Amino acid sequence: MTFLVVGLTFALYIGIAIWARASTTKDFYVAGAHIHPVANGMATAADWMSAASFISMAGLIAFMGYGGSLFLMGWTGGYVLLAMLLAPYLRKFGKFTVPEFIGDRYYSKTARIVAVICLIVASVTYVIGQMKGIGVAFSRFLELDYNNGLVIGMAIVFIYAVLGGMKGITYTQIAQYCVLIFAYTIPAIFISLALTGVPIPQLGLGSTMSGSEVYLLDRLDQTLRDIGFADYTTMARISHLNMFVYTMSLMIGTAGLPHVIIRFFTVPKVKDARSSAGWALVFIAILYTTAPGVAAMARLNLIETINGSEGGDYMVYEERPSWVRNWEKTGLLAMEDKNGDGRIQYSADPETNELTKVDRDIMVLANPEIAGLPNWVIALVAAGGLAAALSTAAGLLLAISSAISHDLLKGVFMPEINEKQELLASRIAMAFAILLAGYLGFNPPDFAAGTVALAFGLAASSIFPVLMMGIFNKNMNKEGAIAGMVAGLGVTLLYVFQHKGIMFIASTSFMGDMPQNWFFGIEPNAFGAIGAVVNFAVAYGVSKVTAPPPDHIQHLVEDIRIPHGAGGPVADH
Amino acid sequence: MSKNQNYWQANMRLIAFCLSIWFVVSFLFGIILVDVLNSVSLGGYKLGFWFANQGSIYVFVALIFFYANRMGKLDREHDVHEDKDD
Repeated sequence: MTFLVVGLTFALYIGIAIWARASTTKDFYVAGAHIHPVANGMATAADWMSAASFISMAGLIAFMGYGGSLFLMGWTGGYVLLAMLLAPYLRKFGKFTVPEFIGDRYYSKTARIVAVICLIVASVTYVIGQMKGIGVAFSRFLELDYNNGLVIGMAIVFIYAVLGGMKGITYTQIAQYCVLIFAYTIPAIFISLALTGVPIPQLGLGSTMSGSEVYLLDRLDQTLRDIGFADYTTMARISHLNMFVYTMSLMIGTAGLPHVIIRFFTVPKVKDARSSAGWALVFIAILYTTAPGVAAMARLNLIETINGSEGGDYMVYEERPSWVRNWEKTGLLAMEDKNGDGRIQYSADPETNELTKVDRDIMVLANPEIAGLPNWVIALVAAGGLAAALSTAAGLLLAISSAISHDLLKGVFMPEINEKQELLASRIAMAFAILLAGYLGFNPPDFAAGTVALAFGLAASSIFPVLMMGIFNKNMNKEGAIAGMVAGLGVTLLYVFQHKGIMFIASTSFMGDMPQNWFFGIEPNAFGAIGAVVNFAVAYGVSKVTAPPPDHIQHLVEDIRIPHGAGGPVADH
Repeated sequence: MSKNQNYWQANMRLIAFCLSIWFVVSFLFGIILVDVLNSVSLGGYKLGFWFANQGSIYVFVALIFFYANRMGKLDREHDVHEDKDD
């Protein structure tokens, strides 16, 4: 069943890709110009929502409670910044890659190279997160352990990305969006109906349990309290300060991630860049406002399946349901009957808790099985998760490979290479990126969404500040921009590596991932916002003591600020 | 030139207005004041929790469309819109 549904959806994407390509090869680069902002918004939403949003986020929220809201606010609030601070102006500028803008605005090849490095660091980290999600999905559906699932996932991502161009086709992404949103909301609706009798999860989460006067969230708080956990609705993530910084980091990271920004380079008009961001957020919000319902209901179902709905009626290990058996095979779920009574007790106390391992990233995929939904729903969720992970991974890999082949080789080091060599270089770069990300994915620094959050921190600290100053500060010069990017990325990487290990290899961390060593109690995933502040400050300071940018750059900035005179996007090759 | 500067000033004011709302619903209501707002209930939701989980997202969507709409008007008022005749 799973294979059938996953296979059908893949056939659909490839079919659309072939159909759309046949009719539009002629104007491949301006294809975006014919696309309505609503359709572009839907495609952007598919591009943007990855394994982190689909597979991982609700699982993390299920265990973080209120603290998990930082993902919800952080990954949507960035679109407000994008629509007001970047998208319309970058669209007016009319180039295709982010390093290209930085190179031109700061009249410097060095700035362009530094931007490429920032882009690669952030994107590779992002791909590690996708690999984790893909590994989880494949390990479950092929009934393998996680590492083997990851190897198969790497192979499929490689084929998918090398098929190439596919992700650039808006219609494929619209289809992916439909599969993804359908796969996410259908089980949520079923579960919400079963628990509360309200079919809309956004409302169900705030409703009473079916056949009772008790609100679902109060019931969840009570159930968690009974087994020794903190209340779901008030459990903060480490501290309010940490949540504040983490949320900010995700927001500005969203606005600084190159694969999102370039979506707005190809809309027909400056005006459309603004509204397209709004439409993208509408389609994203459908999933993001459903996620909290999925999270809370999944947590409640999990506890009640194991501890019994009234508590005390614990699950008999030998009679465990098939979803437990299946996930045990992946090594991502583990139970241990510590007191030898043949039953499994779940509690907050590590001494007596017998649900010894629940990888957060399995929650969304396991959720329909835990709730006992029909097989086709379970298969649909698998297809949706893979659609989300593959489309984003392919998009990021294309961004990485084009940064290397287009910006670095063609743009700076080897301007004489022909298009064929450029293409070959980009394929090789892509293969390397997959191997590197896959290798690091064997021991990911965090759950998928946490790893992706690190990527956002890196983008926030390096790319967003220079883009914003490039538009809003006419006097920002190349010295300031380069120093700012280097300082912002450097500070963030240093902080992340000292706690998470160099290149995320935990044994090389020299300060340990220990809260008492954290700066003001801010966790490494959240540090991008601090890196961004450093970036702004260093850039401002350096620009004050070095020569102002030449006149033509100041005119260029004035020109970017007004919509009038925007032409179509121009490719410089 | 001053015409374009007026346009830019108006844009900056609008951005400042929108971003203050953006800040208030997420960082202020959802994080800083969350414990205070949680004493109020919205159905089964505590209000602060609701802003962090749901409300801020709805406001973000509305803000972007509001901004896009107002900027469309500003473009015309200041005669800098894209499809004008030269």
